[in-house]
Amino acid sequence: MSGNEVRILTPVGMMGYGFPEEHVRAGMERRPHAIVVDGGSTDPGPYQLGLGRMLAPMRAYERELRTLLGLALPARVPLVISSAGGPGLMVHAEEIAHAAARIAGELGRAPRIAVVGADMSPVAVRAALDTGDLASCDGAPEATAERVEASAHIVAQMGHEPFLRALREGADIVIAGRAYDPAPAVAVCLHHMPEIDAGAAWHMGKIIECGAVCAEPKGHAILATVRRDAFELEPLDPDARCTPLSVAAHAFYEKGDALTHHGPDGTLHLADARYEALDGRRVRVSGARWEAAQGPVRIKIEGAGPVGHRAIFVGGVRDPVFAQILPHMEPRLRDYLARIHPEYAAGEVDVRFHLYGLNAVMGPAEPVKVPGHEIGVLCEVTAATQELADDVCATGRVAVLHAPYPGQKATGGNLALPLNPPEQAVGPVCAFHLYHTMPAGPDVPVRFLEDA
Amino acid sequence: MTAPTKRLGDVASGGPATIKRLGDVADVVRSKNAGPFAITFDVLFRDREAYERVRGADVLNAVAVAQLFGIEAGDVTVAQWVDAAQGFKATVRRRALFAGDQGGVGERDTFGTQQHAPLMELPVPIAASDAAGKASGEGA
Repeated sequence: MSGNEVRILTPVGMMGYGFPEEHVRAGMERRPHAIVVDGGSTDPGPYQLGLGRMLAPMRAYERELRTLLGLALPARVPLVISSAGGPGLMVHAEEIAHAAARIAGELGRAPRIAVVGADMSPVAVRAALDTGDLASCDGAPEATAERVEASAHIVAQMGHEPFLRALREGADIVIAGRAYDPAPAVAVCLHHMPEIDAGAAWHMGKIIECGAVCAEPKGHAILATVRRDAFELEPLDPDARCTPLSVAAHAFYEKGDALTHHGPDGTLHLADARYEALDGRRVRVSGARWEAAQGPVRIKIEGAGPVGHRAIFVGGVRDPVFAQILPHMEPRLRDYLARIHPEYAAGEVDVRFHLYGLNAVMGPAEPVKVPGHEIGVLCEVTAATQELADDVCATGRVAVLHAPYPGQKATGGNLALPLNPPEQAVGPVCAFHLYHTMPAGPDVPVRFLEDA
Repeated sequence: MTAPTKRLGDVASGGPATIKRLGDVADVVRSKNAGPFAITFDVLFRDREAYERVRGADVLNAVAVAQLFGIEAGDVTVAQWVDAAQGFKATVRRRALFAGDQGGVGERDTFGTQQHAPLMELPVPIAASDAAGKASGEGA
């Protein structure tokens, strides 16, 4: 199976989002060495990690497992899933691993399933905080004991090494918690071609973890063919194509810096990367340079937790007089809330107004100062309990709806309310409390399901 | 008929410059989260000449981005031109554009995808003959 190239198939950039089976089937005819798919991201916000929720419904994961295992197991191609379930918690990796075992059983197979956890103990994080070993990433706020305490869940991004260990120990399926996105693809390369150039492996992993987003039109499934110091990319949708420009531009996507990508094990430098068209739809990439991290290994942790409960009301303003008045009403409204609700006056309730048609999307940076002919009002109220949030939200809604103002002609009511009831409880709100690096601990254990 | 290739440096001798919106010249103008604490802006060009004209005009840089969004230049942590991708990238600390944490109370744009509009309005000077060439479909 090894030799002078390693072939990796990624069916989609985010497990659970769905992919065309026929494209994956076409990719399997190319005899990949592994199917690699990433399941997580911080992009949707802290909600999933904060509350321990999966990113996609379990049914979606089961559906995709059924498709992938149906293709991979008979061909004896390992399936590697990173950040399984979204936030990358052990509880989700285990649930998905058990689903994989069950589905494999239905297919008459008994694959070796490795489970690798990314859960980080708050005790370890607190210890790192106390010794001054926690460092902010990307300008995250300084870590405090309160923030560690407030993190209901903490995960540490694993690198390629646990995946490599799992593959070497004979795993047919690897289900891992939170991982650095390119890590599993890198592990597959190293498993089959230990002498592979690290720059080529990490660059390839960085691109294919998003599936065929680097193709035009952007799509799902992609095949990477990795050689010692270069790799080729081909989208598996026959109507799509990778071009030097589309692949080069992918380094921009969701990255703060297109030329330098930092990971737990080192830094990928892309300034000298070259992109050549092999034909109308395949691209050869080379020239990336990997700089291994010096000194003790550091890992990146993410922590999130609930910060309150939220209620909202939504209403539209069409009256031309009130549309001019409303943007300036906020101080008066807040005074009123403070008079009615001592908790609000004490700073225990957070009230925000989003005015659509004015500056709801860009906030203070909005250059257009003239409101539209209608304004959409979204008011959100967050408090320690749902009951308190609902209470203050109701006061706010009534106040906006019935407030008198100079020049008022429309004395029937100031808002067009679409929802019944007008206030809606929307549940817990979460925040990222930790986005830091800390010294790596002992090796992450790789556990096989059948050993449990 | 082929219009002579001009660079922005030729404008002074080649005739009056045309000002266009960046949104009319670039093929991609977008914003997105780069992790939970940064927003990144990408401007990508299919056409090599358009890329080089805008790059050469030096109207797109950290200071310009800061001015467009009304923030401190120091909050623009990355401003780079990448020839291989024919693109410009600027990355801004999220707290310079948003009052709160990503996905938290007061969030205006969870994925950070709708903050790029001022970039589209950025005036970009191009040479008049290039404008004529583009209008006739050259360089497309």
